[in-house]
Amino acid sequence: MAIEVDVWKRVPVREQEPQVRAKNFEEVCYGYNEEEAMAEASRCIGCKNAPCMNGCPVSINIPGFIAQVKEGNFAEAFKIISESSALPAVCGRVCPQETQCEQKCIRGIKGEAISIGKLERFVADWARENGIKPEPAKEMNGHKVAVIGSGPSGVTAAGDLAKMGYDVTIFEALHQPGGVLVYGIPEFRLPKEKVVAKEIENIKSLGVKIETNVVVGKSVTIDSLLEDEGFDAVFIGSGAGLPKFMGIPGENANGVFSANEYLTRSNLMKAFDENSNTPIMRGKKVAVVGGGNVAMDAARTALRLGAETHIVYRRSEEELPARVEEVHHAKEEGIIFDLLTNPTEILEDENGWVCGMKCVKMELGEPDASGRRRPVEIPDSEFTMDVDTVIMSLGTSPNPLISSTTEGLETNKWKCIIAEESNGQTTKEGVYAGGDAVTGAATVILAMEAGRAGAKGIDEYIKNNK
Amino acid sequence: MYKITKVEQLTETIYLMDVVAPRVANKCLPGQFVIVRGSEDGERIPLTICDYSREDGTITIVFQVVGAATEMMKNKKVGDSFADFVGPLGCPSEFCKEDIEELKKKKILFVAGGVGTAPVYPQVKWLHEHGIDADVIVGGRNKSLIILEDKMKKVAGNLYITTDDGSYGSKGVVTNEIQKLVDAGNKYDVCVAIGPMIMMKFVCKLTKELEIPTVVSLNPIMVDGTGMCGACRVTVGGEVKFACVDGPEFDGHKVNFEEAMQRQQLYKTAEGRAFLAAKEGDTHHGGCGNCGGDK
Repeated sequence: MAIEVDVWKRVPVREQEPQVRAKNFEEVCYGYNEEEAMAEASRCIGCKNAPCMNGCPVSINIPGFIAQVKEGNFAEAFKIISESSALPAVCGRVCPQETQCEQKCIRGIKGEAISIGKLERFVADWARENGIKPEPAKEMNGHKVAVIGSGPSGVTAAGDLAKMGYDVTIFEALHQPGGVLVYGIPEFRLPKEKVVAKEIENIKSLGVKIETNVVVGKSVTIDSLLEDEGFDAVFIGSGAGLPKFMGIPGENANGVFSANEYLTRSNLMKAFDENSNTPIMRGKKVAVVGGGNVAMDAARTALRLGAETHIVYRRSEEELPARVEEVHHAKEEGIIFDLLTNPTEILEDENGWVCGMKCVKMELGEPDASGRRRPVEIPDSEFTMDVDTVIMSLGTSPNPLISSTTEGLETNKWKCIIAEESNGQTTKEGVYAGGDAVTGAATVILAMEAGRAGAKGIDEYIKNNK
Repeated sequence: MYKITKVEQLTETIYLMDVVAPRVANKCLPGQFVIVRGSEDGERIPLTICDYSREDGTITIVFQVVGAATEMMKNKKVGDSFADFVGPLGCPSEFCKEDIEELKKKKILFVAGGVGTAPVYPQVKWLHEHGIDADVIVGGRNKSLIILEDKMKKVAGNLYITTDDGSYGSKGVVTNEIQKLVDAGNKYDVCVAIGPMIMMKFVCKLTKELEIPTVVSLNPIMVDGTGMCGACRVTVGGEVKFACVDGPEFDGHKVNFEEAMQRQQLYKTAEGRAFLAAKEGDTHHGGCGNCGGDK
């Protein structure tokens, strides 16, 4: 039966039922099938000036690929997306489209914006299922480039450089490539084997080599890559991996984790699987402190591991930094939101295990420097939450391992590497950087944009200097 | 994959292996460690570096079988491989950066307990190669737990062995030996103590009284070893440090050992279950509380 299309409304996307998915790690959203994708694509009016493209950090030819989907030319649609994005199956899933391309969609003025993200995901999934891979460079140019980190920015830079004919090697500190896509974002939002591993395979099929278990700054330095290992340039995409803690009493009690640790155990080490050798604490009552996407990921992971899970956030719902879709999914699954609440102390029992968390109630006061209303403590509002596990999700900052071991590579006061936005150039010759290592924790797509800019910068540098 | 070129069983539960890892062997210094995975689905476990050969590109690791991962690792033979082997991680020992002439004026005492003898060895060897002979105390519960004695003898100034039960060397614990040496008129400028947490705690208690600055090497729970997870946080002098990047060596007189020991208990139950399952292999049929085989 053909799908009836209301031009003002999106073709709904199928999802796992909240009560069912709250107990498993399978992907929440099933995505469109061919018919649904073509129906959704038919809503696009193909604006000439394409405002959606301005909303896309990597400027994918959105009306171009959607026009191909409309006609059922999915391979052609994939080719168009691949010109701009190395990780479409990832971005179709985790990009905040509602504040980027879809926010600019003309259809969105009177009705619902085109589901650009879901269409991108469909095209990428279709290409993978049909064995279509991006095409490698026809000719190598004889220059070697090292890329540090195999997350979104590193992989994008590596892919772009390989397509230009460079001999690219990625150095990854962990045992598996993918960076935050592997250790940070959970399986139920971004399947590892099915999606991430395949996108990495695509990068390899462009000729990119990946050496895992190399911690740059420890196993090898940037200088030795340039001087001893014959690389003409280096791109640093090492991310923002250092977790923050609150500095409140009791934070080292057994049962307090950084979201990084909790998610790495579950995602990278597969601790959610009973057969994994890596343990994870399966709490009965878990508080996740923070309101970003990582906090939602940690909370939804804890929920799936069987815990009653609370998000504890000091501002109100309006200020939650997480994507609306993530908050919506979390609520559907049964996460409890304790808003305008701030922890002041973690209580431990006589053996050092978490047995509660002291909090105060907050209210919103005058706007602060960020323009958001500042949360202020309500006097005498202290209360104790009954929890056995606390997960701190307060953001991350760049790891100083590289900057502290590379002379001439300057950082700012937040330990972020200083780099030109347009081409990733750092203060050290031949060294380029982008992604969270430069900006501090941000999104996958912004890191990809920086990776793309860095690849362009490196290409220009090598053409002019080598 | 990282090939194993030598396997030696040192005691009933302690094993030594040489592993080909040129990047690690090229850069490592005393005090640093590695993280290994025995197999593709194995846990990441931090291990101390016992020795290294820049020429052969090999690292010598020594580990004690304490859980599921090490239980599986001990069955590896020459020619087998580790799936992953990353390092060198952590900071090298403080003295690697010191002026050698200044260092030569110092009298250093090493105190090694059990498998902690392994990370002490490369430090003593490094000093020996730089013309400095340090005194070394090696302690264990009984004779069968004393490891690396011959290797250590070749690089140490004086080597003192103690066993709790007196089955070898002097009877008693390492702190008795420290006291004896000091009572005999030995003056030490620095003490380096590496071994079980409880041993390091008591060594520090004594050396604080004796006013000997003491360095300890901590081995808390870790995942990535690069500062990413924060599982290894320890309190040193009231400040929270990550052992993987800020350590693993710290001023022993400032370490909060109570907290550090507490934190090591975190996964004991889960680890114990996994260990049982690994040890019993195919014959495992319950008792672990995990698989339901006993229900």
